[in-house]
Amino acid sequence: MNLRQRLLIVLPPIAVGIMIVIAWELLCRAYEVPSYLFPAPSAVVRSLVENASDLLFALWMTVRVTLIALALSIVLGTLVAFIFVQSPIIERSFFPYAIILQVTPIVAVAPLIIILVKNTQVALIFCATIIAIFPIISNTTIGLRTIDRGHRNLFLINHASRWQSLCYLQIPSALPFFFAGLRVASGLSLIGAVVAEFVAGTGGRSAGLAFEILQAGYQLEIPRMFAALFLITMTGIALFLVVAGLTHLALATWHDSMIKRET
Amino acid sequence: MIQPPASLSSSDRPSAAKLLLRIDQVKKTFNNDVTALSDVSLDIHAGEFVSLLGPSGCGKSTLLALIGGLGSPTEGTIDWQQSMYDAEGHPERAIGFVFQEPTLLPWRTVFENVYLPLKLAGVSRAAARDQVMDGLRQVGLSAFADAYPRQLSGGMKMRTSIARALIRKPQILLMDEPFAALDEITRTKLSLELLEVFAKTKLTVVFVTHSVYESVFLSNRIVVMTARPGRILADYPIDAPYPRDDEYRTSVQYNEYCRKVSGALKEALRSADTIDA
Repeated sequence: MNLRQRLLIVLPPIAVGIMIVIAWELLCRAYEVPSYLFPAPSAVVRSLVENASDLLFALWMTVRVTLIALALSIVLGTLVAFIFVQSPIIERSFFPYAIILQVTPIVAVAPLIIILVKNTQVALIFCATIIAIFPIISNTTIGLRTIDRGHRNLFLINHASRWQSLCYLQIPSALPFFFAGLRVASGLSLIGAVVAEFVAGTGGRSAGLAFEILQAGYQLEIPRMFAALFLITMTGIALFLVVAGLTHLALATWHDSMIKRET
Repeated sequence: MIQPPASLSSSDRPSAAKLLLRIDQVKKTFNNDVTALSDVSLDIHAGEFVSLLGPSGCGKSTLLALIGGLGSPTEGTIDWQQSMYDAEGHPERAIGFVFQEPTLLPWRTVFENVYLPLKLAGVSRAAARDQVMDGLRQVGLSAFADAYPRQLSGGMKMRTSIARALIRKPQILLMDEPFAALDEITRTKLSLELLEVFAKTKLTVVFVTHSVYESVFLSNRIVVMTARPGRILADYPIDAPYPRDDEYRTSVQYNEYCRKVSGALKEALRSADTIDA
């Protein structure tokens, strides 16, 4: 792809974004909308700069919870998937509970967890992990099961050991599924972290971006609320891009989903 | 079972040929009570190029899978010559298997795909390098060692698959309709290349196909099977000398064999029809 083609892909959405921000700014000024109702972009930016140290600290707290929860989900989720695949009985015994974990709304259990777990950080990580782990478990399990019949026979013919089959066949076959799960899990871990902070924040026991939003709301500092919201969104986008980059690194050379049509 | 004319029976072949494999009264029934194979007995000797020919559903692929050890017969035995077993009871380095699909690992390069059987046997990459490159040269793919399977044409994928099956220098090569998905020109080309390898390496080949012409061109023995349940109907030697080329393909002898084998195949279809009715 040459520079011109790249620009053609990147420029239109950027242009749209700039136009929206300009229109937003102009409308706020033209109708003199008070900033405690709906702040203009300039007010949001000013608040972002003025409260930079508080907001960046809150961002760091939220990012930390998100990343730790995501890492735990990856490690524990794949571990559970491996165990499920090794033994159908274990899977049948435990999978329903994994589903219960998934379908119970995190907002509903978060207060309980925050009461039960003394350390707030641990409670937040716990909440975010519960919500992020399911897509990793289910996708990786399916991936480890989805082995091409011909490939399986190929390994049988060559007397591959169970360990060899796992390393050279099952894990690579499962990677596309795992990364699809990771994409969902990365978004969910951030959502989990923010939701849990909201719940903890109402009790004054948090310090992340959700807490900033709550505080700003109490004090009618709406520009600051927008600034915190902006940082959460940026975090989500950054996570998405990192996961997309990792997926590209792992699959770009061979997987159909990553290959552009060359016709 | 309809016996072929006595003069064509396989028991007439020179007794000098070493017995490689004895299939004795093998029956294979699947869980859903479908009898895929019934009372199949077959001796395979070193140096034979045996085609298993029959209508779809005659169990020829099932038989090949049983020979390859991908499953075990419900009744009867498949006995390899004792000397071909390794310590774990596997026919040691004896079997190369070419599946109907190339079954290449898409996340590995052509080199790595061909190296795979050696890797699984514990040979280091460095030690295997020359052997793998030789194998690739043999099928004309040395320039594509670092390509990924998706970058190859159907014929090249199948060549890679064949190189992989040959990399451990097997004594017997089992092929399950390997050229069925390829176009006519590629199929003809690969057939000639396969015969070249066959001549050069003194392989034994068991080749499953439903094409009379392919089997007569390639093999020196054709076993015709009937469907439902799969049984052996006839067993013909094809006594045309190797190397074979396009001249053989247009010879009277070739056409004579094709006519005879086609007749047997028709018989196989008829017997399947009567069972269905």
